[in-house]
Amino acid sequence: MSSDKSTNASPTAGKTLNLEQQRVRAAYMFLAPMLIMLLIVAAWPLFRSISFSFTDATANTIFNGQSEWIGFDNYVEKKIRSNGTIRWKGVLVDGDWWNAVWNTVRFSIVSVALETILGLLVALVLNAEFKGRGLVRAAVLIPWAIPTIVSARMWGWMLNDQFGIINEIMLTFHLIDKPIAWTASSDTAMIAVLMVDVWKTTPFMALLILAGLQMIPRDMYESARIDGIHPLRVFWRVTLPLLRPAILVAVIFRALDALRIFDLIYLLTPQSDSTITMSVLSYRELQQFGDYGEGSAMSTLLFLIITGFVLLYIKLGRVDLSGEKS
Amino acid sequence: MTSFFKATVAATALALGASAVSAAEITYVSGAVGNAVEDFKKIVAPWEAKTGHTVTLVPMPASTTDQFGQYRLWLAAGNGDIDLYQTDVIWAPQLADHFVDLSATAGELMKSHFPSIVESQTVDGKLVALPLFTDAPALYYRKDLLEKHGASVPTTWEELTATAKAVQDAERAAGNNDIWGFVWQGNAYEGLTCDALEWVKSSGGGQIVEPDGSISINNAKAAAALELAATWPGSISPEGVLAYQEEEARGVWQTGNAVFMRNWPYAYGLGNGSDSSVAGKFGVTTLPTGQGHDTSAATLGGWNVAVSKYGDNQEAAIDLAMYLADAEAQKTRSIIASNLPTIVSLYEDADIAREQPIIPQWKDVFLQAVPRPSAPTREKYNEVSTLFFSAVHSVISGNAKAADALAGLEDDLDDLLN
Repeated sequence: MSSDKSTNASPTAGKTLNLEQQRVRAAYMFLAPMLIMLLIVAAWPLFRSISFSFTDATANTIFNGQSEWIGFDNYVEKKIRSNGTIRWKGVLVDGDWWNAVWNTVRFSIVSVALETILGLLVALVLNAEFKGRGLVRAAVLIPWAIPTIVSARMWGWMLNDQFGIINEIMLTFHLIDKPIAWTASSDTAMIAVLMVDVWKTTPFMALLILAGLQMIPRDMYESARIDGIHPLRVFWRVTLPLLRPAILVAVIFRALDALRIFDLIYLLTPQSDSTITMSVLSYRELQQFGDYGEGSAMSTLLFLIITGFVLLYIKLGRVDLSGEKS
Repeated sequence: MTSFFKATVAATALALGASAVSAAEITYVSGAVGNAVEDFKKIVAPWEAKTGHTVTLVPMPASTTDQFGQYRLWLAAGNGDIDLYQTDVIWAPQLADHFVDLSATAGELMKSHFPSIVESQTVDGKLVALPLFTDAPALYYRKDLLEKHGASVPTTWEELTATAKAVQDAERAAGNNDIWGFVWQGNAYEGLTCDALEWVKSSGGGQIVEPDGSISINNAKAAAALELAATWPGSISPEGVLAYQEEEARGVWQTGNAVFMRNWPYAYGLGNGSDSSVAGKFGVTTLPTGQGHDTSAATLGGWNVAVSKYGDNQEAAIDLAMYLADAEAQKTRSIIASNLPTIVSLYEDADIAREQPIIPQWKDVFLQAVPRPSAPTREKYNEVSTLFFSAVHSVISGNAKAADALAGLEDDLDDLLN
């Protein structure tokens, strides 16, 4: 960069920027539209929902500004009943909320774990050379391509206790002796949701991991083969370590998605206590009860919880999101 | 491609030209179930011809809860695009501020309607919406199966439980393995509030929150009614009933796999359709009573039309609302969609009796209709209903004892309302 000054020298040298400064300025100009868009569509709504969470806003007052600042009452509030007993109100002391948090976390951990393992297996298969590979790769993506609302409805019928094909198949093979009410029974509702989510999202995981697999240089495998190393050992020593960055990033994407899951659960098992998640609960508060204060408090907590999880994960996994090391 | 493009241009030009010449374009928003969109076109056609206005129907999802959330947002934002809203019977107290008071315009017309329905749409002396049709559920029973096993139509919940069990067991012993005794709506949603309100009210257990605002749900009769219902899933009802809404119950019923069903009138026409395996084999009657109580209860449903304060074509919109609530439109609706009219005299109408013989019969069901507590709980109704159906759902799925659940519910309602 030492040559910059000389190449950039001109009659008005005192005022013109050197090349480095010009590049920084150009970079900001190219970034500006995106930053402005992010401010409008992400930062502003986030700020609004955090500020609503400190007010008593309802569906009738959010637009006319008649809501009042009530501090942390939506989060926790001490209330004295008419008969003198004390009752704690607010999201932080709400059993339904913590039940939803537990459901969300449980769902996220199990679904992301299953999807990662299955996705890795699918990716390994798709990475192998075989006839019609392009066709199979496209076919695997189909569940991911179907809109969630369609697949949720489809699975809803397939899991139906009276006419569902899943029960029919299991009955025919004598795996069960009477139909299971998959989405209705509180024991199986979460299993049903997990089943559909894994079916739907494994292709996405497979695709991300496959991209990582194709980055691994072929000659590594070649030399391993020449040295006569067992394929399993190659997998543990070569493939997996080199895949690690791709898998870690894929898991972050999925975990972010899973922690805010709404559509599948809202459609497949509406209002079931055993599956209701943070997003569904805050939607109910906002849209159905019109309580924008408490609903926004839930959204804010949801945001904080997701942020916390991701930070923890990045720290524990030492994920390199900046791309500087690679 | 080119011809398609030309056609599009031509159509657009036509539409633009038409709107420039004709008067107002009225926008009407409504949930769309079954043939609602087609039926609506037939019903408004005469009004369009008479006034020269055009009506556009904006179809919404079938779930009333989803509709309500969207409508409330539009109304709170003062949206001028929608002129008329088709509203559920329970919404009037919650949305009253956003609708035009129709009491002066429609006062005379309302005298021909059932007073209880007009009352449900009146909030603080303001007529919020005009009734379009009403809804009240009934007990559907399989005439052929009851006859075959020498059973009579039950009049109490206890009888229903016993009869359903007996017929179900006899049928299964005869090889009919898919048969169930009773199907109803056990999903945790507004429909369960309706079902459970009927069990409780018809057993003398009150109506959750009484018209004067007192919370009455925590009583022994209500608890006993719920305990009885909790014995059904897995014995006379499939366990999946805990996730059933109207359509799932109708699915089991219409394939011939249920002896009894609790459902709304729409299932009558469909059940007698050509693709139904129970066509001509079933009857309907009023819902049973329980614990020696004398009157049965059927949750009052039904739809109304309200005029938005913020619409751009208020005058034409009010005219359309008046037309839709009047006898001509209600009669058409009854005949093509088997909806129950809200005008008393239409129950004696010969044309309706011929086309939809069930409608005159339904008058008895309708006379025992009980409103959901939307009037005393006002804008809190949705939360009250959610607390109620969640408590009921925990009882019928066996996760809680009725007495405990109702005591907890009373506390929650007290915190919410007082």
